[in-house]
Amino acid sequence: MASVVTNDMSIVIGGDAGQGVESSGAGFCLSFARAGLHVFGMQDYHSRIRGGHNFYQIRLSEKPRLSHSNPVHLLIALTPETVRLHLDQLAEGAAGVLPERFEIDPAPLEKRGVRVDTLPLIRMAEEHGNRVMANTAALGAAAGITEFPLQFMESVIRDNFAAKGQQTVDTNLKVAEAAYGLARDRYGADFPYKLVPVDGAPRRMLMNGNQALAMGALAGGCRFVSAYPMTPATSIFEWLSGLPREYGVVTKHAEDEIAAADMAIGASFVGARGMTATSGGGFCLMVEALGLAAMTEVPMVIMLAQRGGPSNGLPTRTEQSDLLFAINASHGESPRIVTAPGTVEECFEAGWRAFNLAEKYQCPVVVMTDSFLASTLRTLDMDAIDFSSVSIDRGSTLTPQELDGLTNGYKRFEFTETGISPRALPGQHPAAAFSAASDEHDEEGHFLEEIEGRRRMMQKRMRKLREAEREMRPPKRYGPPEAETTLVCWGSSFGPCKEAADEINDAGGSANVLQFGDLWPLPEEVTAAALSECRRTVTVEQNYTSQLAKLLRMTTGIKVDGTLNKYDGRPFAPEEIVAGLGKEVVSGYAA
Amino acid sequence: MVTRLDPKLFDATTDITWCAGCGDFAILKALKLALADLGIEPYQALVVSGIGCGSKLPDYMNVNAYLTNHGRPLPIATAAKLANPDLHVIVTNGDGDSYGIGGNHFVQSCRRNPNLTHIVENNQIYGLTKGQYSPTSDKGFVTTTSPDGAIELAFNPLSVALGAGATFISRAFAGEPKHMAGLIAQGIQHRGYALIDVLQPCVTFNRTNTYDWYRKRVYHLEDEDYDPSDRKAAWEKAHEWEERIPLGVLYRVEGAPAYEDQVKALEGGSPLSRLDDLVKDPRPQQYERLKERFT
Ligand SMILES: Cc1ncc(C[n+]2csc(CCOP(=O)(O)OP(=O)(O)O)c2C)c(N)n1
Ligand SMILES: [Mg+2]
Repeated sequence: MASVVTNDMSIVIGGDAGQGVESSGAGFCLSFARAGLHVFGMQDYHSRIRGGHNFYQIRLSEKPRLSHSNPVHLLIALTPETVRLHLDQLAEGAAGVLPERFEIDPAPLEKRGVRVDTLPLIRMAEEHGNRVMANTAALGAAAGITEFPLQFMESVIRDNFAAKGQQTVDTNLKVAEAAYGLARDRYGADFPYKLVPVDGAPRRMLMNGNQALAMGALAGGCRFVSAYPMTPATSIFEWLSGLPREYGVVTKHAEDEIAAADMAIGASFVGARGMTATSGGGFCLMVEALGLAAMTEVPMVIMLAQRGGPSNGLPTRTEQSDLLFAINASHGESPRIVTAPGTVEECFEAGWRAFNLAEKYQCPVVVMTDSFLASTLRTLDMDAIDFSSVSIDRGSTLTPQELDGLTNGYKRFEFTETGISPRALPGQHPAAAFSAASDEHDEEGHFLEEIEGRRRMMQKRMRKLREAEREMRPPKRYGPPEAETTLVCWGSSFGPCKEAADEINDAGGSANVLQFGDLWPLPEEVTAAALSECRRTVTVEQNYTSQLAKLLRMTTGIKVDGTLNKYDGRPFAPEEIVAGLGKEVVSGYAA
Repeated sequence: MVTRLDPKLFDATTDITWCAGCGDFAILKALKLALADLGIEPYQALVVSGIGCGSKLPDYMNVNAYLTNHGRPLPIATAAKLANPDLHVIVTNGDGDSYGIGGNHFVQSCRRNPNLTHIVENNQIYGLTKGQYSPTSDKGFVTTTSPDGAIELAFNPLSVALGAGATFISRAFAGEPKHMAGLIAQGIQHRGYALIDVLQPCVTFNRTNTYDWYRKRVYHLEDEDYDPSDRKAAWEKAHEWEERIPLGVLYRVEGAPAYEDQVKALEGGSPLSRLDDLVKDPRPQQYERLKERFT
């Protein structure tokens, strides 16, 4: 047997939609997290309820990982199709498990030096329970092959099936145990990849970007959420809707995204912290609301989880193609802030910070993620989500005492140096009833079309953007300062870029990463400075037209040296980035 | 006992841009009257509108006013009420705004039953854009965009509201502001969504449905032996148009819960009051237990 590799491997579980790959995969991830391993669990599924290939790709390690990675060492195939589709990803010496019903052509497997065997998973499931438990058998077998102690899977089985009754728990446990024993005895000795619990590892959470964003928003005081379901944003809304009632989060499933965005505005207008969550198609419908919020200076938060576009596009797949759209959405010119967290931890902070920014600058804030970040599970230390780090800053919202002190009447849109006007909330004070109009207006909010008034009000609104720019953070640099190549990225691409840079540096090369989180208003000077320090810049984006590269050029005049693009709906794997360097295109358009 | 207020409290100093004789003047007057009669102060009310001549109304009042996008006041008002249930939230918008571009929001509001008062300034025409046919224009109505006469059937807001489950459906006429004020007041007092569809002559672009045209046809349901809790009767009244046009409350359901009454998360505080509490004391430890869900 080849030398043993412990706690550093990737596993794929694949099958048809409807076979429970998603829940099995998530449960499997959790069992490793409980054993103290770092988990990166990426989902890949089709936009349908039945049929079509779905899989979970799980990377396990003793170090935190920000990306999936190839090759794959163990394949749990619930269908022969899974073997065919993932064959090229398998490492030499990799193993695969398939239920006994199927036959596969051994030639291609032998050619790649991998071993895929059928195991009597269905028979074992039927013997101890029933055939729907074949997934449990498959996972039990996977644990057996890697000699990963069964107790961790057992604890997850107990938790996950508890609601279905003790009998279901017990039969699943029996199925898992039987499969575990068989697989361990048959293959354990020959399979070089092993998983063992990490001694002394702290307890960790397994969380995705949507969950972290939702928790951030909650901690930031958001108690009103209106949305219309759209993958991959839906789980933000569902998670907040399912919270215990004591938190008092009012959620409204609206008739469409126009109403969803307008409801978020209505709640924010009267002083609550309102938000909506959507994907590109829904964001299209929200564009007029974005303009309304900007014009009437209503704080509003939109969580925009991107997917492949245009139109209905690739509903369940990832893309970063809405950056320039989000920055420019709406007719006319108006202030808005756009941020893009790159990791699950950053999602938590982005979730609450968005509300502070929105209230401080009294304008819409769009927080951009994508399918990859929104739905990939990652292990986090318990203190990575730190509720005591959250602050609620309502900007220049007037207190009752300040309202009592109003002597000269109240002007909702008062001209100020920063462009930010003191904000009263309707219904709070007799001295501060006010008008707000989507038409151009004067300081009191009444209609106005006169030349000088329009100019001044336009300047006032846009001054807020200049003001906000000062608060926008420069790009974060990861890796050695004077690297030969800088991978320039935004949002979720940070994960694969970081892993790629690590790989390059470990192999004696020289790379670092520049990650943009605050994208609009882009802080010009610090951005230009950061880019000028780089020797060779390559943007890495999940889009066709290199939108970040364009944005950088538009604001700083600096053209990146190369662009790497991917627009097939699948996230970059670090290896692809490493392999792509040197082959990238300079035009700014994908090859 | 409510203390009646002086309707002048609601007067604003803004210039009114409506044409002389526009039915919207009567609606403005009636709304002020109704609020004053109910003792609601300007700062306690929020009037939300869309875009159009009629939608300018809130800007002509001393009140909290939010003039929003074309067709969108209902969802905005619904959420404003959910976020701060202490506000009296009133929507005023035109027939195009309400039944055309905002038609889905209208239907959803009927079945949703938020505690809102919805006054539709129904002049059967697009006024602000200078005279195109609207959803409520009668079939055959000739305008710049219907040179051969409107082909579609006129949208019937009352029967649609009835079909969609609205709990308060009424019609007023701009020629009778006092009567209208009474209906608006009843609408505000109604717990749930209250529709007041106002026949509102557009003196500039609708030369058919004039004050005289309406006056010849309107009559008061209160003067008849009419029971507004009778759904079948309401259905019939909702379809009277050519010869006789009923004014008053066509349909009313007493005691149905409003949307807000059924939102569990509102028990114990509104999104606004909870935020106020969090600003004083963010209580980060209250969220700690959520982390357990992920372990
Ligand atoms: C999104 C959008 N589309 C079109 C318009 C142009 N527009 C302004 S008012 C209006 C129709 C107004 O009709 P109605 O709602 O009946 O109000 P009225 O002017 O008759 O009171 C239209 C189409 C607009 N402002 N916004
Ligand atoms: Mg009209």
